[in-house]
Amino acid sequence: MTTKLFGEPVRRREDARLITGQGRYLDDIGSSAYAAAFVRSPYAHARIVDIDVTAAVDVEGLLAVYTYEDLVGPMAEPLPVLIPHPQLTAPRTGYPLAKDVVKHVGEAVVMVVATDRYVAEDAVDRIAVTYEELPVVVGVDAAREAGSCVHDDVPDNVAARHHQETGDVEPALAASPHTLSFTQYFERSAAMPMEGKGVHARWDADDSSLRVYTSTQASTSVRAAIAAKLQLSLERVEVIAPDVGGGFGVKIVHPWPEELLVPMAARLLGHEVKWSEDRREHFTSSAHERQQRQEVTVGYDDDGRITALDVHIWHDNGAYTPYGIIVPIVTATQLVGPYVIPVYRVQVESVFTNTVIVTPYRGAGRPQGCFAMERAMDRIAQERGLDRAEVRMRNLIQADQFPYDHHLTFQDGRPVIYDSGDYVGLMGKLKALVHWDSVEERRAEARARGRHLGIGMAMYVEGTGPGPYEGGHVQVLGSGKVLVSTGLTSQGQGHETVFAQLVASELGVPMEDVEVTTGDTRRFGYAVGTFASRAAVMSGNAVALAARGVKEKALRIAAEVLEVDPGDLEIDEGLVQVKGTPGASIPLRTVAVLSNPLRYAFDEAAKQATQFAGPGDDSKPPVAVGDAPGLEHTDYYSPVRSTFASGAHAAVVEIDPLTWEIEVVDYAVVHDCGNVVNPMIVEGQVHGGVAQGVGGALYERMAYDRDGQLQNASFMDFLMPYASEVPDVVIDHQETPSPLNPLGLKGAGEAGVIPGSAAIASAIEDAVGRRIAAMPISPTELYDLVRSDADQVTNVGPKTTGVLA
Amino acid sequence: MRSRAMSTVQTERAISVTVNGVPREATVPVRWLLSDALRNEFGLTGTHVGCEHGVCGSCTVLVDGEPTRSCLVLAVQVDGRQVTTVEGLSRPDHQGGQVLHPIQEAFRECHALQCGFCTPGFLTTIAAGLDARDASVEITEEEVDELVGGNLCRCTGYANIKKACRYAAAAMRESAIVATKAQDGGAR
Repeated sequence: MTTKLFGEPVRRREDARLITGQGRYLDDIGSSAYAAAFVRSPYAHARIVDIDVTAAVDVEGLLAVYTYEDLVGPMAEPLPVLIPHPQLTAPRTGYPLAKDVVKHVGEAVVMVVATDRYVAEDAVDRIAVTYEELPVVVGVDAAREAGSCVHDDVPDNVAARHHQETGDVEPALAASPHTLSFTQYFERSAAMPMEGKGVHARWDADDSSLRVYTSTQASTSVRAAIAAKLQLSLERVEVIAPDVGGGFGVKIVHPWPEELLVPMAARLLGHEVKWSEDRREHFTSSAHERQQRQEVTVGYDDDGRITALDVHIWHDNGAYTPYGIIVPIVTATQLVGPYVIPVYRVQVESVFTNTVIVTPYRGAGRPQGCFAMERAMDRIAQERGLDRAEVRMRNLIQADQFPYDHHLTFQDGRPVIYDSGDYVGLMGKLKALVHWDSVEERRAEARARGRHLGIGMAMYVEGTGPGPYEGGHVQVLGSGKVLVSTGLTSQGQGHETVFAQLVASELGVPMEDVEVTTGDTRRFGYAVGTFASRAAVMSGNAVALAARGVKEKALRIAAEVLEVDPGDLEIDEGLVQVKGTPGASIPLRTVAVLSNPLRYAFDEAAKQATQFAGPGDDSKPPVAVGDAPGLEHTDYYSPVRSTFASGAHAAVVEIDPLTWEIEVVDYAVVHDCGNVVNPMIVEGQVHGGVAQGVGGALYERMAYDRDGQLQNASFMDFLMPYASEVPDVVIDHQETPSPLNPLGLKGAGEAGVIPGSAAIASAIEDAVGRRIAAMPISPTELYDLVRSDADQVTNVGPKTTGVLA
Repeated sequence: MRSRAMSTVQTERAISVTVNGVPREATVPVRWLLSDALRNEFGLTGTHVGCEHGVCGSCTVLVDGEPTRSCLVLAVQVDGRQVTTVEGLSRPDHQGGQVLHPIQEAFRECHALQCGFCTPGFLTTIAAGLDARDASVEITEEEVDELVGGNLCRCTGYANIKKACRYAAAAMRESAIVATKAQDGGAR
């Protein structure tokens, strides 16, 4: 019997190359390529008066300089709005190179191509752009006040008004025994993968074709964008995502201006061109996420059960809306979490600011939604004098209520219907894991050491694996090698391993024989991309279905040869055999050779196959109608709607009353992503997510000043957690399979980050007894909070900049 | 308009450097970073550049055995020195293959990497630290914290990187004990 692979912590096959320096990331490709560099706007909002390149012309090694004036046809048009929405009434996008005005610091104005990056930057330094500064809008409150506007034709700075309601909220609130209201803020952070973005393009003049490598989460869509913008037929363009050094959302946006400009230059110059983003460029010209102002009113009864919830969100979408309003829609619809909310209304205003665009970063609006809901739970608990866990328990959707319809419309346009879950089970496991009920002993022990200890919790439900589809192709070669490809990309999730596990399990072959390719349009042309915790759900099921198709064909061919019924055959360790009859078998690789009636004896496999090849029926064509040569199958998985993973986190913090330094001393995670293909990889995803959650709660913020200058655009100043800042994480699993897909999977990629800020805010509040209404929180902010005399202190300040007031 | 005299001409200089045990000669622009020379001149793309200001540690290599951020050192500064990159952590076995450093094995075994971009910097740093300590002594948590504390990783949350340090140290300890026993046996 083939070794069990589904559910096993199989070691990753990616690692052999990555631990020896043999990975191939974007900047490792094309050592002889010309280098591109960019002149980027130093102003947050300005009119371009003049671009003077004369001083750059003398730089030895300079090859080309491009401005907006050099863009032709579709390249001269605004970048696409990827995901339009009827409520996105004022969609705005920039141009590949700025036309007349710049709307944020870092916006590309001029592209330079030179023999190497140093020379290109020499030229960049000598290009003089004259700007006329315009009024700047920074921060969600400034946008809302609309003292000035980001786009002249959008005077109120509102790009979209999104609204959903499940009933008449105002009478429901009026009828509620109790209500409470609060306002809170969530700050900007960013995906910040260790590898920035990058693009390499090679134009083949003889073939009139373009090969582009890009550090992307969506190679098929980049391909379509390049073809459209450069007016090439789709089959003339191939796009490959090589090893990608982390994504976390920022690389799902496409096409980035550079993904169009670099191929354009490669074609014009007839030479390979490459651009590798440097860290400062990444801070000021890639994407951020998370800033919101939230106004929450919640009604509840004496027992703490919610009767109605009314939420108004102002969401900072930055200067443009290329990714539509996905992030605020996710906040609006995922906010309700695992709870029964009898009447819910959410209104979102998505507003423009003169800052870097806002697009999904791991969690994609969910951490903010979780923050709103979970902080409401904590406040209800406090108002009613109830345990925070108990209030949550009383509001949870029960295990017998699935499928549970929230009567909301998710980001994919489909209903928010939870497929399955056991939220009471999550809570039970979490309380046990973190010793919730014995916190007072710990608090006393910490107090004896002179430290304030607090505990907090947060729960979430995460819509994962949205459609529309992913596909998989599985092919068995005459060598016995099994080729698997799927169009979505990988940024470290271990897809090569997980998809190989699935195909080896389905097909009955040794995993070593399986070779997986992702994100290469030469191998698979249709894909959506890697985001929204969807790769395992979507491509996992797709490759499993493709493997089932191959198996069916293999059994059919083998059955003819062995003269048995296909139902009597099984495949194990790459051998098709008659069940219970040892010796009556044919290797799968031989079946692969037999599947093609044309088989020149180039190799041993083909020679061996001749012994099985029958004379054939002269009255029938060698390839039957509806059949195809080769042992391969392509299949697609397209779900009716998303799966819904869930979890519960708890954080224990200790605070030093001298420095007000906040240390997360314990972090507990109970996690349910349905059936688990590889628990080692899932735990790795949780660990990484929690680290980003802690970073977002305590350290990371984009500190824009009122002029729209990002004050901390370096790793020196933007504080991503090192190992010293990340607590040990204890994890317990719960597996509630999804009934929606053949493998019962839900996604796991984003979960770890979602409840971080909510749980840590809850813990800090518990430790110091003051309300925490804005995250992240620094020791200084905490100090200012606790020394205030007011009994209802919040650290809410008006957000006219990204820095807390 | 600036004059031609002000245009950039890259000044170059010849350097001799032993890279992963192999003496190499190159003529490089004097402004090139060591990371540029390793990647562009010597084709060793395992050294990754994550921030170019010495904070993330992805580009860490060993210069005369000491962990060094190759984005903070000019290539000309390593003239006459020994440089070890991630490609040089393994050593040849007797059958024409490679024996991985215990920390490389441990990273794979403990799932201490995801995207792998920061990994070479962690591997070189930790390998140098483990090689420099008395392998026969059990590693402490303080030592582990010290080994992993200076590098950024955005994927793993560090838990499994720390685990890999313990795993590698334990493997090295076992080898050291076996070697000591063998030595004692030989002495008898």
